[in-house]
Amino acid sequence: MDWDWNFVQEIMPTLIQGVKITILATVLGSILAAIVGLAIALARRSPHRLVSRSVGWFAEFIRGTPLLVQLYFIFYVLPDIGILLPPLVAGVIGLGLHYGTYTAEVYRAGIDNVPRGQWEAAKACNLGGRHTWTHIILPQAIPPMIPALANYFIAMFKETPLLSAITVLELMNQAKIVANSSYRYMEPMTLVGAFFLIISLCSVVLLRWLEHRYGKIER
Amino acid sequence: MTDWSGYLNLILQGAMVTVQLTVMGAALALVMAFVAGLGRLSRFVAIRCLATAYIEFFRGTSGFVQLFFAYFVLPLAGVTLTPLQAGVLVLGLNVGAYGAEVVRGAIRSIGREQYEACTALNLGRWQGMRHVILPQALLIMLPTFGNNAIELLKATSVVSLISLADLTFQAQVVRSQTGSTLMPFATILLIYFILALIIAWGVRTLERRLARGLDGVRV
Repeated sequence: MDWDWNFVQEIMPTLIQGVKITILATVLGSILAAIVGLAIALARRSPHRLVSRSVGWFAEFIRGTPLLVQLYFIFYVLPDIGILLPPLVAGVIGLGLHYGTYTAEVYRAGIDNVPRGQWEAAKACNLGGRHTWTHIILPQAIPPMIPALANYFIAMFKETPLLSAITVLELMNQAKIVANSSYRYMEPMTLVGAFFLIISLCSVVLLRWLEHRYGKIER
Repeated sequence: MTDWSGYLNLILQGAMVTVQLTVMGAALALVMAFVAGLGRLSRFVAIRCLATAYIEFFRGTSGFVQLFFAYFVLPLAGVTLTPLQAGVLVLGLNVGAYGAEVVRGAIRSIGREQYEACTALNLGRWQGMRHVILPQALLIMLPTFGNNAIELLKATSVVSLISLADLTFQAQVVRSQTGSTLMPFATILLIYFILALIIAWGVRTLERRLARGLDGVRV
């Protein structure tokens, strides 16, 4: 089977529609993962054993099970208890929750890396719990974790094709629809692969720069 | 009330396929990890380039896209794979690319004095690698290999989308036959989690065994 450039031109607009949704899902998923991760990391440091233990187990469970099944769970099981989500929202929640358990570990390491003296200084300055976190600990903890967080967001980007399984019309799904209606698999699948490869190679450069800019821990 | 025992049997059959895929995929991944990881440390530029291209390609394109490519596009080029072959091939090559970086990192982390000692003992490159460097590097690789194996287990769920009857596929079958969503998905989530715990436990046991008699080695 030969490569047909006319066909490529014909399907390009459809694929670009899919690219938009893929990027949208990645961005929204990343934001959610950043928030969920922080929430999990903070909850695991909670002085209440019950809270820290149960959140720890929950995160462990999410991390040990496949994203695809979690997406099915959100998409098929939740409507039974009355929560009906549009596919994209279900997908973003799935991505955010799954990668949130990974980013939680990044936050944990980042927070542990803040020297103890900073905590003590905060206490000496009579700062309360909330102020200690927002003014002393997090501003120091977050910059060094940016490269690691970005790494997970890129990994998440590569998992977005899974959303096609719950009928989100992202790049992979558009490609599949095009392929099924025209019986030509070569062009759409290759283009999807090329798209991911190009973005990944670009993101390697971005990661290097982030590591250079934020990666160093100043003591 | 539906009779669950028949459906549970179906899900257990799926579990067997998942385990089979994980084991075969892991075996291929292990081989590829060492081949490509050692390849990146080769003296010859051509081998280094080849290994880097393999690693970047498989890490850069999404695993899901690779699977679809292998299953739908390769037949057009005359290579017809059964779903199981496509699944094992793609999972093994994909996870192997991640593993290669682990192998490279672990070998690079062995101190220079070890290489100098090899030279002092008049060991050849291969002998030194086999008897001095790898036994130490293996211990450093193991925990990350364990994580990669769990990632592999989770990635197997994707093969359900190319009609291989694994856990996720069977859960979908049960869902479409009974209309029940909670039971099949909750069951397979639990099975995946238990499999992940078994892998984690196995790797820890192996680590302890390999560390025996290696006092003072950083693990």
